Amino acid sequence: MNRENDIQRKSQRQALILGLVVVAMFGFGFAMVPLYKLVCSVAGINNIADSGGRVRSDVYLPGKVDRSRTITVEFDATLNTGLPWELLPAVKKVKVHPGEINVVSWHVKNNSDRKIVAQAVPGVTPWQATEYLEKIECFCFTQQTLAPGESREMPLRFVIDAKLPESIKTLTLSYTFMDTDRSALKAAGQS
Amino acid sequence: MSTAEMAHEADHHGPPKGWKRWVFSTNHKDIGTMYLIFALVMLFLGGAMAMVIRAELYMPGLQIVDPDTYNNLVTNHALIMVFGLVMPAAAGMANWMIPMMIGAPDMALPRLNNLSFWLLPAAGTMLVLSMLIGFIPGTGQQVNTGWTLYPPLSIQAGMGMDMLIFTIHLLGISSILASINIVTTILNMRAPGMTLMKMPLFVWAWLFTGLLLIVIMPVLAGGVTMLLFDRHFGTAFFDAAGGGDPVLFQHLFWFFGHPEVYVLLLPSIGVLGLIIPTFSRKPLFGYKPLVWFMGILFALGLVVWAHHQYTVGMSLGAVTYFMIGTILISIPVGLMIFNFIFTMWRGSLTFETPMLFAIAIILMFSFAGVTGVMLAVVPADLQYHDTYFVVAHFHYALVPGAVFGLYAGVFYWLPKWTGHMYDEKLGKIFFWWTTIAFNITFFPQHFSGLAGMPRRIVDYSIQFTEFNVVSSLGAFAFGLSHLLFLYIIIKTIRGGKEATNKPWEGAQVGTPGLEWDLSSPPPFHSFTTPPAIK
Repeated sequence: MNRENDIQRKSQRQALILGLVVVAMFGFGFAMVPLYKLVCSVAGINNIADSGGRVRSDVYLPGKVDRSRTITVEFDATLNTGLPWELLPAVKKVKVHPGEINVVSWHVKNNSDRKIVAQAVPGVTPWQATEYLEKIECFCFTQQTLAPGESREMPLRFVIDAKLPESIKTLTLSYTFMDTDRSALKAAGQS
Repeated sequence: MSTAEMAHEADHHGPPKGWKRWVFSTNHKDIGTMYLIFALVMLFLGGAMAMVIRAELYMPGLQIVDPDTYNNLVTNHALIMVFGLVMPAAAGMANWMIPMMIGAPDMALPRLNNLSFWLLPAAGTMLVLSMLIGFIPGTGQQVNTGWTLYPPLSIQAGMGMDMLIFTIHLLGISSILASINIVTTILNMRAPGMTLMKMPLFVWAWLFTGLLLIVIMPVLAGGVTMLLFDRHFGTAFFDAAGGGDPVLFQHLFWFFGHPEVYVLLLPSIGVLGLIIPTFSRKPLFGYKPLVWFMGILFALGLVVWAHHQYTVGMSLGAVTYFMIGTILISIPVGLMIFNFIFTMWRGSLTFETPMLFAIAIILMFSFAGVTGVMLAVVPADLQYHDTYFVVAHFHYALVPGAVFGLYAGVFYWLPKWTGHMYDEKLGKIFFWWTTIAFNITFFPQHFSGLAGMPRRIVDYSIQFTEFNVVSSLGAFAFGLSHLLFLYIIIKTIRGGKEATNKPWEGAQVGTPGLEWDLSSPPPFHSFTTPPAIK
């Protein structure tokens, strides 16, 4: 019966090793949370509009205004689920020339009876146009805090880069407002 | 108690009588039988859901179910077929056959085996409850996310989603334990002389499947755990409002989900690797390369997951990598197909039901391979993404590739399991009926998909009506054919021509298992003393 015992001991040891692999892989799932963000920011592979983690200059230097081209910029406003705000651009769309500075006012109102801190996240369609839309001033740069019932007009100042590919004639700038409650809690816990 | 003592005891007392035999079973054959019965029950449950889905899609507009219920059905159809049918059926065959093939008395860890099976009925019950509970007022939205459970929708869904998350935990534990057991059995319990390179291909396939499950299942468990935390404990792993990233869930899910496809396919490829030599009466062509191809599939399968997410907006470099990796996979899979064809080449073929299934699988699975390469190409996939073309592709991959492979295995081993031959004529009728009906169901979906019909939507535009009528009629015939399947199985269990130890003439060519040395049906404990390998 020596062989039997040997086999049993070996089986149990192997089962234990495989069990440790299982635990390690469970941990790997959770390790992906920070790793994913790290890999994406280092390699710049998370965003199709982000060409390899290239850093854009902070200051926009206005070039020549190209009056021969007219670009239609459409605006889209979205509120994330459960955010009791209203958000409206002053105009649905504007026609602009590449290189000129444009200002569009956005109206935002807190319809609830509590103070809410929210963050707007921008998105550009088609994605190829993302790097040619330069926002000089934007309510999405900072969090917006609104008291109960408070409303506000927020300016958006942007320039379309004259290097925008010829094929793009219309682009859509979309904003989604999200309640930051959760992240505020987390930030308070961390700092 | 060591396995030898148990074998000794069983020699004297035989299996315990009544319900205790099943509930407390540590016998690989009894547990295998229970796995197979569980899978059969789930096949009919998941099939019934598919029938409702096809009945609803028979005509445009809403007829039978409302949109949320429809998506609930789609979700549960997928989960039941993947976790309830294919994985337990494959595990049942592994339980039944692997110890007999490698000359072991039983599995390496028999009690763990009992646990891994009995977690399944609990999980299955909870899965069905997760679907039903959404109908009770006040429990929130039904589970309407599809089997991929993407947030934010899965964060908004109601109580059913919590039950589904716990179901996935249970299923995960069950299949991890079963995999650990199967891997240790294969590595330790082989009879002296049964070297790794003498193992039947089915055993190799399960070695890779088991290892794959051990690696991927915990990642899914981690992902759904985070989902649970996001839902109830205020974390923001995937909630963009709290700084999380919903795409991260997609990566975690598909890190599991893509290798899962190979978990479903490999056991069936193993079955094909036994059936084709048997009925060609020729050793398997390129046994060693086939083992290598499965190993390559194992490795490549783990690193190409994001081809399911081309549209999420990854950088061009990333999608290019996933595209090339995915196309590379078609090389070992294509070579496997060639190996099977060369095994048949100039063999003396006979066309019993398992062989008919095997040949049909090679044809239909290759077809899925071709549409798979189409879907792997990024610019093309952006068109096909989330259309019925994808539905047609993965049904062609998984129904022939996994389910029909298991049917072939059932017909191949039924004589061994029951001691009776199945009714060959009925078997052939079932084969033609189910194969033709399957093609009528899913072939038109390629066209409706290319024409732009989106998946997971209860209604469709009227120009897709004809394709859907054909598809639904095929689906009803496909569903009905399974009643014949059930009848054949019951008939074989109850009686029929006595099966010899080796009911198939060519069963011992190439690298056969030792199962053919045992009687049909085999004794309660397979090999009490290790057999000698010729």
